[in-house]
Amino acid sequence: MLTYIVRRILYSIPVLFFSTFLSFIFVSYAGNPLAQLKQNPRFSPQTIENMTHQLHLDMPVIQRYFLWLQDVFTHKLGNSLYTGQALWPQITRTMGHTAQFIIISEVLALILGISIGIYSAIRQYSVFDYVFTSISFLGFAMPTFWLALLLQIAFTDIFLHYNIRIFYTSGLNSLPGGPAWSWDRMQHLALPIATLCIISFALYSRYMRASMLDVINSDYVRTARAKGVSEWRVIMRHVFRNALIPITTVAALNFGALLGGAIVTETIFSLDGIGFFFIQSLATLDLYAVMAYLLITAIAVVVFNLIADIAYGFLDPRIRYD
Amino acid sequence: MTEIKPEQGPMAPSDDSLFPTNQAVEGEIIAPEGSMVATVDDTHAAGLELKVRSQWSYARMRFFRHRLALIGLFGLVVIFSAGIFAGFIAPYTFEEIDLNNILQGPSHAHYFGTDALGRDEFTRVVWGIRTSMEVGVFVALVSTFVGLIIGAVAGYYGGWLDNLLMRFTDLVLTLPLLAVLLTATALLGQGSQWRVSLILVFFFWTGIARVVRGIFLSLREKEYVEAAKASGAGDARLMFRHILPNTLGPIVVNATLAVGTAILVEAALSFLGFGIKPPTPSLGVLVSEARANPEQWWLTVFPGLTIVAIVLCVNFVGDGLRDALDPTQRRMRA
Repeated sequence: MLTYIVRRILYSIPVLFFSTFLSFIFVSYAGNPLAQLKQNPRFSPQTIENMTHQLHLDMPVIQRYFLWLQDVFTHKLGNSLYTGQALWPQITRTMGHTAQFIIISEVLALILGISIGIYSAIRQYSVFDYVFTSISFLGFAMPTFWLALLLQIAFTDIFLHYNIRIFYTSGLNSLPGGPAWSWDRMQHLALPIATLCIISFALYSRYMRASMLDVINSDYVRTARAKGVSEWRVIMRHVFRNALIPITTVAALNFGALLGGAIVTETIFSLDGIGFFFIQSLATLDLYAVMAYLLITAIAVVVFNLIADIAYGFLDPRIRYD
Repeated sequence: MTEIKPEQGPMAPSDDSLFPTNQAVEGEIIAPEGSMVATVDDTHAAGLELKVRSQWSYARMRFFRHRLALIGLFGLVVIFSAGIFAGFIAPYTFEEIDLNNILQGPSHAHYFGTDALGRDEFTRVVWGIRTSMEVGVFVALVSTFVGLIIGAVAGYYGGWLDNLLMRFTDLVLTLPLLAVLLTATALLGQGSQWRVSLILVFFFWTGIARVVRGIFLSLREKEYVEAAKASGAGDARLMFRHILPNTLGPIVVNATLAVGTAILVEAALSFLGFGIKPPTPSLGVLVSEARANPEQWWLTVFPGLTIVAIVLCVNFVGDGLRDALDPTQRRMRA
C-alpha cells in the first residue's frame, strides 16, 4: 500500500509539471499583460520597456516558466503581475473562505444524498422515489449560475418587499473582516451553500440509489434474508455498508466540479473566495495569479484523486494494490 | 426467440433506469402487434407469427417504449425546431430596440417580456436556442468523431499512441475543467461561437476516447476477433467491421449526453463573460444581462428555464438510448 501511494505521488509530479508548463505557455502566448498600459498616455514607452524588462516579459517563454517555477518554491508563488503584491497571503485568505463553504455544503449534500438514496432504493418506484428522482434529474440539468441567481433574486425580493432579512445575498460578513464562525457569516453563506448542496445532492442521491439497488439484488443479500436476518439489519449491515464504497470515489472525483461550482457561486454572491479571485485575475490577464490558482487547484485535485483511490482500497478488501 | 416477461416487483434485476414505462403506455403503443410482453403460452399460441428481429429493431422498440425518452425526444424536436426556424418564429428581430417598451412583463405582444432596451425577450431566447443547439451538436459530433478514431487506434494498436493518449487525458483530468476552459476561452475565444466550440471539443474528446479505447482493449482479445483475423481480415476490417459496431451503443449514449454537457458549459462560460460574447445571441449572456434587472424576474427565468428544458430533454433521450442500446438486454422493458 505504501509503495503504491509513493508511486502515485511520484507519478503526479511530472503530470503537474507538464500541466503547469502547458498552461504557462498557453497563457503567456495569448496576450501581453502590458497591452492596456501601452494605450495609457501617462506611461512613456521607456517606462513600459523598463517594466517589460523588470517583469522578464522580454525573455523566451521557457526561461520565464523556469523563473516562475523558481518563484513558486522560493517566494511562495511569487507576486501579482499587476499590483506587485505577494500572491500567497491572498491565496490562503481566499482559499480559507472557499474551503469553509465548500466543506459545509459537501457534508450536507452527502448526508442528504445518502439518506435519500437509501430510502429511494428501499421504496423503489414509490411516490417518494419518483419525487426525488425528478429532483435529481432537474439538478443535473440545472446550470449552477441560474440556480444561484434565482436564490439571490428570491431572497433580495423578500427583503425589498417585506423588509425581512432571512439570508444575505452578497459578501461574506456585514462588516468587512468579521469573524469566520458567526451567525452573521452563516447568514451570508447560506445561499452559496444551498446552491452547491443542491447540485451535489442530485449526484449523490442518484449514485447512492443505483449502488443500493445493485447490492440489494446481490446473492449475499438474498442469503442474509433467507437466514432470517431482520430487514433493518439486512439494509444497514449488509447493503448500506457495501453500497457506500462507490460513493467515496464519486465524492472525491466530484472535487474538480466543486471548484468550478465555487467559481460561479462566488462570482454571483461576491464572496472573497479563490474562485472569485481567479475570475478577477483572468479578467486582468494577471498571468502569475492565474497560474497560482491553476497550480493550487491542480494539486488539490491530484490529492483528492489519490485519497479516493486509497479510500477505495481500505473500504473494499477485494482490491489489492501492489 | 420467445419473449418472456421479466420478473417484476422490487427484485427485478438490473433496473437502473429512472422511471419505468408504465402499463398504460404499453397498451397504446404495442397494441397493434399484440402484447410484446407475452407470456410463454401466448407466444406458443401465436408461434407462427414470430419473426426474426435484428439487434437494432429491438433497440428501437425498447427506445419507443421508454416513456421519458419519448417525452425528451418530443421536447427536443419542439425546442430545436424553434431554434432552426428562429428567423420565422421570432416576432421581432434580435437587436430591435424599442425604448417606449422597456422592461415590460410577459404579455401577448411580448411573450417573455422585454429587456432594459425594450428588446423582445422571446426573440432573444429563440435565437439563443439556435446558438446553444449549434454549439451542443457541433461539440458532440466533432469530439465523438475525434475521440472515436483516436480511442480506436490507441485501443487496437496500443503502444506509444496509447501511452500518449492516456497521459494526455491524465493531464486534462488534473486540472479543474471549468477553470481551464475559462482560461482558454478568455485568452483564445475572442467571444466567437466557433472558437469557443473548438476549445470545448479540445477538452471533450478525451472522454469518448477513453470509453472507445477500453472497449477496443477488451474486444481485441475476444475469440471472434481472433477468428476473423485467422480468416484473413486486415486491421482496418477488424477495427471497423468487427469491433466498432460493438462500441456504437456507449458512443451514441455518450455523444447524446455530451450535447447537454456542452450546452451547460457554454452557458456557464458565456454567463461569466468569457464564452460567447454579444452580438452573438447566447442563453448564458441573456441570464448574465438580466443581473442588472433583478426586479424583472422574467429576464432571468425564461432563458434559464430554456437551458434546463433543453438539457433535461437531452438527458432523457440519452437515458432512453442507454437502456435501448444495451445488447445484453434482449428482454423488453416492462
